[in-house]
Amino acid sequence: MPVISGQGQSTRASLDALLAAREIAITCGPGGVGKTTTAAATAAMAAAYQPGRVLVLTVDPARRLADALGVQGLGNAERRIPDELFREAGVTPRGELWAAMLDTKESWDALIRRHAPDARTRQQILQNPLYRNISGRFVQSHDYIAMERLYEIHAEGSYDLIVVDTPPSRHALDFLDAPKRMADFFSSRLLRWLIVPYRSRVMNLASKPFYQVADRLLGTQFLEDIAEFFILFNTLHEGFVQRAEAVGRLLEDRRTTFVVVSTLEAAPLREAELLAGALVDRRLHLGALVFNKVLPDYLRDPGAAEVARAIGERAGEIAGQLPTDPALTERLLVEIAESFLNLRIVARREAEQQADLGATPEVLASAPAFDTDIADLAGLLRLGRALWG
Amino acid sequence: MASPEGQSETAPRSAAPPLLDLKLVFVTGKGGVGKTTVAGALALLAAQRGQRVLACEIDPTGALAALFEVGPVGFAPREVAPNLFAMSMDTEASLREYLKHSLRVPLIGRIGPLATAFDFVATAAPGVRDILTVGKLCFEVRERTYDLVVVDAPATGHVVSLLAAPQAINELVKVGLIRSQTDWILQILSDHARTGVVAVTTPEEMPVAETIELTGRLQAETSVALSAVIVNRVLPELFGRREEEVFARLCEPDLAAQLSAAAGGDVGPILDGARLAVTLRRAGAVHLDALRDGLDPTVPLLLLPYLFTRFPGLRTTRQVASALSDELGF
Repeated sequence: MPVISGQGQSTRASLDALLAAREIAITCGPGGVGKTTTAAATAAMAAAYQPGRVLVLTVDPARRLADALGVQGLGNAERRIPDELFREAGVTPRGELWAAMLDTKESWDALIRRHAPDARTRQQILQNPLYRNISGRFVQSHDYIAMERLYEIHAEGSYDLIVVDTPPSRHALDFLDAPKRMADFFSSRLLRWLIVPYRSRVMNLASKPFYQVADRLLGTQFLEDIAEFFILFNTLHEGFVQRAEAVGRLLEDRRTTFVVVSTLEAAPLREAELLAGALVDRRLHLGALVFNKVLPDYLRDPGAAEVARAIGERAGEIAGQLPTDPALTERLLVEIAESFLNLRIVARREAEQQADLGATPEVLASAPAFDTDIADLAGLLRLGRALWG
Repeated sequence: MASPEGQSETAPRSAAPPLLDLKLVFVTGKGGVGKTTVAGALALLAAQRGQRVLACEIDPTGALAALFEVGPVGFAPREVAPNLFAMSMDTEASLREYLKHSLRVPLIGRIGPLATAFDFVATAAPGVRDILTVGKLCFEVRERTYDLVVVDAPATGHVVSLLAAPQAINELVKVGLIRSQTDWILQILSDHARTGVVAVTTPEEMPVAETIELTGRLQAETSVALSAVIVNRVLPELFGRREEEVFARLCEPDLAAQLSAAAGGDVGPILDGARLAVTLRRAGAVHLDALRDGLDPTVPLLLLPYLFTRFPGLRTTRQVASALSDELGF
């Protein structure tokens, strides 16, 4: 499906052009594919080569990446990455790079403070054991709160571009549904069901069987705890629902684009493809597909494969023509020929999988497997340049 | 159980039973490390060795079925290989089964939209879904329908809350049937002779860091033992020190040219490929060392080779099972 840029310009298929035309880039994809690093690298490139203020909102960076960005242990506070770090990496940045790490608990508490009608309710909620349980472990709480934080920061209008990393979730799609699920949750008829009997102590016919079962399963005390929690939470209802809907609208906004990150391995790729499809189905903007850890092209060169086979088959004879130790050289030649052909299998399979992709984003970008982990801004920029186009 | 209760609690982990002597194994790992493949291979290996095995996937992605090249598996176990049964967890079905068995709730249909109601309670109280999952698995262990239950558990970030749920519910819910149920579930989970976690990782920075973090969290937040760490996709050492010297010489322009002439084509890409393989291997070795340093040395560490034919399917599952068999010393 061809996608037109929000600004109505003709689009060049590069991340550079894509990000220059958007205010929010949400990187998403399966776990373990370098999503967080990609988000950081993209933001670093935007700050280095585009004017303006860029924020990368990361969720769970590796320690060395966090160190590279200077966000280790910072929580929700946004912090400017010093220009010196760019200069050390050989770049004079045209823009500013800011970074923040998402602190789920802190963000939830802030949300409660904003929406609570009065100080007493606020305290009651913050101290409720169920709330504490939910804000820390609620299945969708990370997903929702990441989008909520994004909304908040975007609304403040301090940044020209916000690159968001999405939390590791069981399903890559969870964060897309989180705002709606949150709104549904608070508007739910069941929520009222659950609250009513403890308010009025009158059960209606519809809810009675449900209570009988719930009561036997969970015990009355726990049900009352739940009810109390929801009665409190219900006071936040209006603010919450409006907010969740606004967050949902922001995701659909033409200023927002999605960058799906994957490797070319079978399982992550399948998940990434599903995700890309879901984005298109929801009329969200599939801006880019980024592949990390892609093996180099020369591995697929048919001529090179011929040479590798020849080396493997005639290792003894070839070793005899060289001035090095013949026995060692023969063994070595067999090893490197086999290694090449092995890597070639993987490289070819990856290329085939990439060719079979159903999704057609505005930008397709890939980066090689780097020999070292990214530990500083120079490393991020190296990855970024490979993707930038 | 045959082994005395106290022993497994206090004995060091090296005294933990061999992997396949356990009754319930939760296989976890960071996304993308091959957790499902390893879970499937472990189940297959046990079945090949004559055990009656149940493999259960918690997130119904169909990945487990793909390993055995069978159609979708549901809540009802289905034999996917001799002695090997596969199922997909469905907490609502688990609740129905539980209500049917234990509560004898009359006229379940009258509960109304059980699905919605359940969804709601489960969302409200996060542990409910988890306990129905763990409860069902422990139930199979208690009933001894299978010799071994292998769980393709949620990723490292989520598995701790799954395993901690019975304890959490135990603390939150003071009375009621759930409370009494959590007691026997906890007993099975904390029995190190019966239950264990297998953490799968790859020799990469984040998966290794998460694995080390997981071991700490398992100990702090649950009573479940870590039975083994399996490092997947370990690249072979390409050559030793003396061969490395020869390789360095072959990379010199004049020798490379001689080699090209002898082989009948440009060897540049082959040498580049060898350098890439060495680099990838070395990068992995650093993380493997970090893993060794960060782990309790008594936890068995198993290494599975990178499979160059790796593609989810029965053939790969068999290959991984065979590699696992070698590592376990069978």
